[in-house]
Amino acid sequence: MLRYFARRVLTLALSLLAASWIIFLIVELVPGDPAAFMLGTGAQPETLAALRQELGLNRPLPLRYAHWLTSLLQGDFGDSFTYKTPISQMIIDRLQVSFPLAIMALVLASAIAFPAGLFAASRRGRSGDLAVMGATQLGVAVPNFWFAMLLVLLFAVRLRWFPAGGFPGWSDPFGAIRSLLLPALALALPQSAILARILRSALIEAQQQDYIRTARAKGLSAGQTLRRHALRNAMVSVLTIMGLQFSFLLAGAIIIENVFFLPGLGRLIFQAINQRDLIVVQSSVLVLVIAVMTVTFLVDLAYAAIDPRLRK
Amino acid sequence: MRGGLVIGAALTSAVAGAAVLSFIWTPADITQLSIAARLQPPSPEFWLGTDHFGRDILSMIMLGARVSLAVALVAVGIGMGLGVPLGLLAAARQGGWIDDAVMRLNDLIFAFPSLVIAILITAVLGPSAVNAIIAIGIFNIPVFARVTRGAALPVWTLDYIRAARVSGKGAALISMQHILPNIANLLIVQGTIQFSMGILAEAGLSYVGLGAQPPTPSWGRMLAESQTMVAMAPHVAIIPGLCIVLTVLGLNLLGDGLRDRLDPRLRGQP
Repeated sequence: MLRYFARRVLTLALSLLAASWIIFLIVELVPGDPAAFMLGTGAQPETLAALRQELGLNRPLPLRYAHWLTSLLQGDFGDSFTYKTPISQMIIDRLQVSFPLAIMALVLASAIAFPAGLFAASRRGRSGDLAVMGATQLGVAVPNFWFAMLLVLLFAVRLRWFPAGGFPGWSDPFGAIRSLLLPALALALPQSAILARILRSALIEAQQQDYIRTARAKGLSAGQTLRRHALRNAMVSVLTIMGLQFSFLLAGAIIIENVFFLPGLGRLIFQAINQRDLIVVQSSVLVLVIAVMTVTFLVDLAYAAIDPRLRK
Repeated sequence: MRGGLVIGAALTSAVAGAAVLSFIWTPADITQLSIAARLQPPSPEFWLGTDHFGRDILSMIMLGARVSLAVALVAVGIGMGLGVPLGLLAAARQGGWIDDAVMRLNDLIFAFPSLVIAILITAVLGPSAVNAIIAIGIFNIPVFARVTRGAALPVWTLDYIRAARVSGKGAALISMQHILPNIANLLIVQGTIQFSMGILAEAGLSYVGLGAQPPTPSWGRMLAESQTMVAMAPHVAIIPGLCIVLTVLGLNLLGDGLRDRLDPRLRGQP
């Protein structure tokens, strides 16, 4: 286990390093140079020269990357070009929306997927199974931002049960959760369809094992063996998928946050794109990538802890 | 599930047909704006109603299908064109440093949240359909490389491949003549799946303004523009969304159906 752990940590570190390098290089691809891009076409040559100096663009590329990376490691993301405030603080503020949103979406996705998957597996091949599987086909095909718009139309515009957008802040916990509920549901739907399908196949596979036959021979009903034995064994693969889905939800929130005008990391990225604030874009994307890679890493570790066959 | 294959093929051909038809005919000219006829619900004159500029939504949908399908198709082409040779190369050199390098590179791209990087790429390069294709296509490469390698490895152990090697054929020739035809089915199925994911990705990118630019219609941007009018004229928001759902659903059913059809072992299973 220790060797596996050490190898995974090394892989994570190398991946993060490569990720930072790739993100740094993508931003270098902007037409002209970052300073010209940020100031637009009407910029005075003096302003341009000053910003170039500030961004260190006069120095060679590898040196700039090294400087960027060492500042990042010290927690210094630089200052926003538009707001003149430290980016690290902006990102921390925004994560207080994006992170709870992803968690709520995952909880909702499981709340939908588990009953649906268990139901389908218990009625394999019959009409109930076909209905659930048909619904999941539809769920996978629905773009979450469109589902979000439909939710707003029904629950915010027509029924007025939830706000159509905005976020009151965590000082009002009830209001905060209320305004995150529709976005979380929109994010959760396609993921719950995927999760239900995976749970169903994992359950069906587990049900074909010998220990299920033994349990049935002992007198347990089909439903009892499904819930007590098959579900527990199916959980190994289902938990892995859930971990991966969490990182997917975190990244997927980018678009949903824009539908609901939530002040999360995704909205920050788009605002920064519109304001051509490349430094904020670069740092926010990097933080998101770090979060996603770290979650994937933790899932791998948890998986290896549960299933020793994977530690080879 | 024979029904799935038929429904999938029907939906996919309907969308593709509409896109092709739009090159020679659309019900109305979408460059003609008519504020008097704005936000009309579906009627005999405008089958799917009109948008906030009074443009015929059916015509917009047909032109939008062209963009959606083209972006997703070319992105699959990029993925297959680069991913399949990489996968074949990795399989031919199994365990060697090339295999290792290809697979590590794959892992790295896989680890990236694709949507985030696609957004970063299109934001930096400037929003356009071409840059959307690049952003989506890059993430198709490792998918095809992995599927190709995984499918090719067992084929390499077969007797007739050994016979081919003994007869003096090189790895490249064997890959092209024997391995590729063997795994083509699998690649077609994967292509269909990536195609449907590409449609969703394109819709997402153009929804946030990073896809095809006006005046080219695209489903994602039609949805974005409808957002402020959704309470007044729900059909403006519902129709483009339904088109995305039906296209993706059709491709998914087609992919599942093809997989069951092409893989005899899966026949008869639900």
